[in-house]
Amino acid sequence: MTVTDHSRATADAAHTHGLGTPTPDASRADRPTSFDVDAFTVPTGREEEWRFSPLKDIKPMLADQATDGHLEWDVPALPEGVTLTEVSPADARERSVRAPGDRASAVAAAHAGGAMALTIAPNTVVDEPIQITVTGRGEDVRGHLLVEAGASSEATVIIERRGTATYSEFVSVDLADNAGLNLVLLQLWDEDAVHAGEVVARLGRDSRLRGSVVTLGGKAVRLNTSAAFAGEGASVDLFGLYFADSGQHQEHQLFVDHAVPRCTSRVTYKGALAGATARTVWIGDVLIRKEAEETDTYELNRNLVLTDGARADSVPNLEIETGEIAGAGHASATGRFDDEQMFYLRSRGISEEEARKLVVRGFFADLIQEIGVPTVEESLMKAIDLELEHVNEELAEEHA
Amino acid sequence: MSTLEIKNLHASVETPEGTKQILKGVDLTINSGETHAIMGPNGSGKSTLAYSLAGHPKYEITEGSVTLDGEDVLAMSVDERAKAGMFLAMQYPVEVPGVSVSNFLRTAKTAIDGEAPKLRTWVKDVKKSMDDLRMDSSFAERNVNEGFSGGEKKRHEILQMELLAPKIAVLDETDSGLDVDALRIVSEGVNRVKDNTGLGIMLITHYTRILKYIQPDFVHVFVNGQIAEQGGRELADRLEAEGYDRFLASA
Ligand SMILES: Nc1ncnc2c1ncn2[C@@H]1O[C@H](COP(=O)(O)OP(=O)(O)OP(=O)(O)O)[C@@H](O)[C@H]1O
Ligand SMILES: [Mg+2]
Repeated sequence: MTVTDHSRATADAAHTHGLGTPTPDASRADRPTSFDVDAFTVPTGREEEWRFSPLKDIKPMLADQATDGHLEWDVPALPEGVTLTEVSPADARERSVRAPGDRASAVAAAHAGGAMALTIAPNTVVDEPIQITVTGRGEDVRGHLLVEAGASSEATVIIERRGTATYSEFVSVDLADNAGLNLVLLQLWDEDAVHAGEVVARLGRDSRLRGSVVTLGGKAVRLNTSAAFAGEGASVDLFGLYFADSGQHQEHQLFVDHAVPRCTSRVTYKGALAGATARTVWIGDVLIRKEAEETDTYELNRNLVLTDGARADSVPNLEIETGEIAGAGHASATGRFDDEQMFYLRSRGISEEEARKLVVRGFFADLIQEIGVPTVEESLMKAIDLELEHVNEELAEEHA
Repeated sequence: MSTLEIKNLHASVETPEGTKQILKGVDLTINSGETHAIMGPNGSGKSTLAYSLAGHPKYEITEGSVTLDGEDVLAMSVDERAKAGMFLAMQYPVEVPGVSVSNFLRTAKTAIDGEAPKLRTWVKDVKKSMDDLRMDSSFAERNVNEGFSGGEKKRHEILQMELLAPKIAVLDETDSGLDVDALRIVSEGVNRVKDNTGLGIMLITHYTRILKYIQPDFVHVFVNGQIAEQGGRELADRLEAEGYDRFLASA
């Protein structure tokens, strides 16, 4: 793979942010948060956090208007100590770890009509993954979701999104002290779905969050994930896997906020792209505040471009305000599966389709193992193979 | 018994300066069990011949024919050629990150045979072949050619040749860049495969050194996209002593 470093990263804060008119040198920490939709102007596409986004697709979700659509929830019998309840709008705000950070998310929270709260009681340890499937029926839907992991609880939660919808959401993830949560968000939408989501996590003292995001389906998916440390000794691992083919826009923005000492963060996102109009964006911001001594952080984004024309943007950004850190680094690389590699594999009898499969499976294999839920790992490999079949068909058509 | 027949082969490549004719009428027949050494100066078109036989998309065949046991090789896709029994050990093997050697070998073997190899014998075969080529078993878990030294890449090519058991193998400078020990190990590997499978070999080389280990049945002098002279082993010695001057002068 020819590796070109597309990283536009700088180890300082020379990076623009902000709403409306971007202010140079503004810290990521300065971005406003609010439940008030009007606190955010309608993005024009020039803002730092919107400049890569397909605003045309996202536009319906920026209007300060109620919708009457719903997703269908398929919830299994929940284990003891775990509940899923509907929460009033006032409570939903109250129980969110913070307010929305952009207009789409503020609109989602404002018009969701309250929230669904998945609550794991303190000291509850659930061995089996809790698998929830939500299915879109082609409607316009706003959602607000609370995931609350009580102190010293331990659970795996998988939320799988299927079908189609124009869906925006605000997801609050609250880890109380010493909680361990493995949260897997699967975007397996049909090809015409549009999804804008903000996931904000707060990590209490000694808590551990493993957050995996998998985006395979949808016409446009924009997921904005933030994790903020509220207590010392906590750790977050954020994994992401995406695969875009022609006509798909997949965008993942991340923000890890080290505000307290002795916390660890790892961000690992990998994406594959195939088809001339496939488009992916990854923006990874990490802020190590002055107080956050002995922070240990590393973020990585790798993209594998399988065909000409596909475009992967990758923007890591590390802001460091203290000299007392244990480790901080980032890496970003976009590689191409090129003609010479293809020739080499084919000269050993491996067909073009098989060659692509070999390379893509190899590219994702270690990441998939990190998700830590065997059933999800298996179904993901299958989903990636399906995705590849799709790609192969598309390429065969292009050649024909 | 297999026969590769190359007749009047012409090939060109597109360059920024225009189409460049590289192969200008190559005639060569290789039968099972025969070893043909091809020697020629840099840039004479040896690798182009090798790539053209394997079907590299960069080279356009403008004239001539290539058949393997009467089948039209030029009409086959790259992978079909491999399945038909052609093998190319490349001068510069390609790195394929993310794909482990063991996965690669198994996938290739399955593709060539049309069915997955029996797991137990396969694991044994791979291990034996790697041992014979003095490749540490840890290579199986490494990514294809990634971070391999020049010599390790060449051994890996011969490993593939042994496991895929082709009818005709083209070895493009498999000996270049090898120290004496590695050269001996690789040559023994080639001889072992030849003894076991009786494959026909086109051995492209700059140095007669390898011919001490691998006995050529024929030596061809390749100059300016053509075979300029053929002979036996003694021709190689003469080339080593005299160089290519007498061919270049007439070319
Ligand atoms: N893709 C290409 N684009 C432009 N020129 C090429 C290309 N491939 C080969 N050539 C040219 O064709 C000629 C023959 O190249 P080739 O690699 O076949 O030579 P060779 O005999 O294998 O040389 P060496 O002994 O150095 O390996 C050279 O002049 C080379 O520069
Ligand atoms: Mg060459």
